Amino acid sequence: MLDSLFNIDNGYLEGLVRGFKNGILKQTDYLNLVQCESLDDLKLHLQSTDYGNFLANEASPLQVSVIDDKLRDKLVAEFQHMRNHAVEPLATFLDYITYGYMIDNIVLLITGALHQRPISELMPKCHPLGTFEQIEAINVASTSSELYNAVLVDTPLADFFGECISEQDLDEMNIEIIRNTLYKAYLESFYDYCKNLGGTTAQVMCEILAFEADRRAFIITLNSFGTELTNEDRKKLYPQCGKLNPDGLAALARADDAENVKQVAEFYTEYRALFEGAGNNPGEKTLEDKFFEHEVRLNVNAFLHQFHFGVFYAYLRLKEQECRNIVWIAECIAQKHRAKIDNYIPIM
Amino acid sequence: MGYLKSYALYGLSLYLLIVAAIGIGYTITGQGERIDFGWFLSEVSPYFWAALGIGLTVSLSVVGAAMGIHTTGVSIVGGGVRAPRIKTKNLISVIFCEAVAIYGLIIAIILAGVLEEYSESKATPEVIDRNLFSGYLMFAAGLTVGLTNLFCGLSVGVVGSAAALADAADSALFVRILIVEIFASAIGLFGLIVGIMQTSKAKMGDKV
Repeated sequence: MLDSLFNIDNGYLEGLVRGFKNGILKQTDYLNLVQCESLDDLKLHLQSTDYGNFLANEASPLQVSVIDDKLRDKLVAEFQHMRNHAVEPLATFLDYITYGYMIDNIVLLITGALHQRPISELMPKCHPLGTFEQIEAINVASTSSELYNAVLVDTPLADFFGECISEQDLDEMNIEIIRNTLYKAYLESFYDYCKNLGGTTAQVMCEILAFEADRRAFIITLNSFGTELTNEDRKKLYPQCGKLNPDGLAALARADDAENVKQVAEFYTEYRALFEGAGNNPGEKTLEDKFFEHEVRLNVNAFLHQFHFGVFYAYLRLKEQECRNIVWIAECIAQKHRAKIDNYIPIM
Repeated sequence: MGYLKSYALYGLSLYLLIVAAIGIGYTITGQGERIDFGWFLSEVSPYFWAALGIGLTVSLSVVGAAMGIHTTGVSIVGGGVRAPRIKTKNLISVIFCEAVAIYGLIIAIILAGVLEEYSESKATPEVIDRNLFSGYLMFAAGLTVGLTNLFCGLSVGVVGSAAALADAADSALFVRILIVEIFASAIGLFGLIVGIMQTSKAKMGDKV
């Protein structure tokens, strides 16, 4: 019964997003792209895919940054189209997805302001899905409480700001802590929202978001070795909505080097498989790549269920991964350094 | 959906509470015989049962067909944006749903033909028995056909929606999923057959 009721409001958009997903590049497309000798070749091959003539109006010596921007524009156009057609509760769900980009944009603008860059230089670098009104006003803030009172209190991010308000001046270290605290609050809020939606959406999304939370915990831990971040501060940045909560997170908080982190991962089957065989030597995949692969697998599996919102989130993530893949291949071609050109993450 | 479920649960428990209160009230005050199902069944006119049966047949069938058509129709439209080739083939799913509504219509027309007046004052007990029997039969036929068509329409709709989206991804899948849909629509036929069998014995009117 419930499945039919889903289609009343969201059936058209689900059909649409599945259509978009069918246009994601397949293994044969990647094999073609890898064979390209130049960026113009790449553009030719992309014309026969779902991308079509998106690079038609660009100046002749193509640059990778231009390709990156255009790929992102297409993705943003599709997402905006779906967001415009969505009604509640899908509208809130899609808005939640954009909050992540808002956090990245805010941090980008603050960091830029710290380095005295003019706002006009920074605005084009912002992700289009994460813009909000008054976003330019961010560069007037010098402490986090000013940032909150002046700009963020009117945005949807106001709830996530909770603990980070302080009178300390914003500097490099603080910015990263603010970013991670905001992201932790956002992830937990998103997780709770999906859980409240219930049904297949909760089943699919909570799995994906739990992996995202655990992945962030691992990355934060690994990146904090050798910095001034203390163990207690690090513990406050871990999102609580993953499978590592509570024992794994406590163990991660005590970890002092990469070996300890790997031992923590040993307790969880999926993560043990990811840490095994990951390394920085030439023949092995890096841990980041393995995380990306696992995320791609989870997102592709989201399409196996029907009548849930997870397909929208999964489509966005898969498309982003595809953009990263194409940019990677384009960079390898442009710099004529084809040794690692096969290191993209295959999606289908 | 969460708040809808809690409203429904709240409403149901309120209703049950009221019914229980009335029942206990009657029992305590020694008026338990007022709740008399036998009187209800024998005194309510067979016209009521028969007409209700006719109404239920066509209305429940149409509800099932409507939900089925909208479920699958929306998916065909959505999937057809990026894969226009699925448009014509997938109309079969809509036709299956429509067939469900037609089953309901057929039975309703047959039942409406059986419906006939009888004069209560001049009726012998056999005539009254006959008419009561027919009234119950028609109500049951209506409920049978209506409910089976309701769920048949719903299931054909959900399967049709999956068929459309799978066809958009890979055209070899459509015929396989169509087989599932055929099984789903067969259950509507079961309701039709039983409904016909029930209606064949129904005969109203003054002549026994």
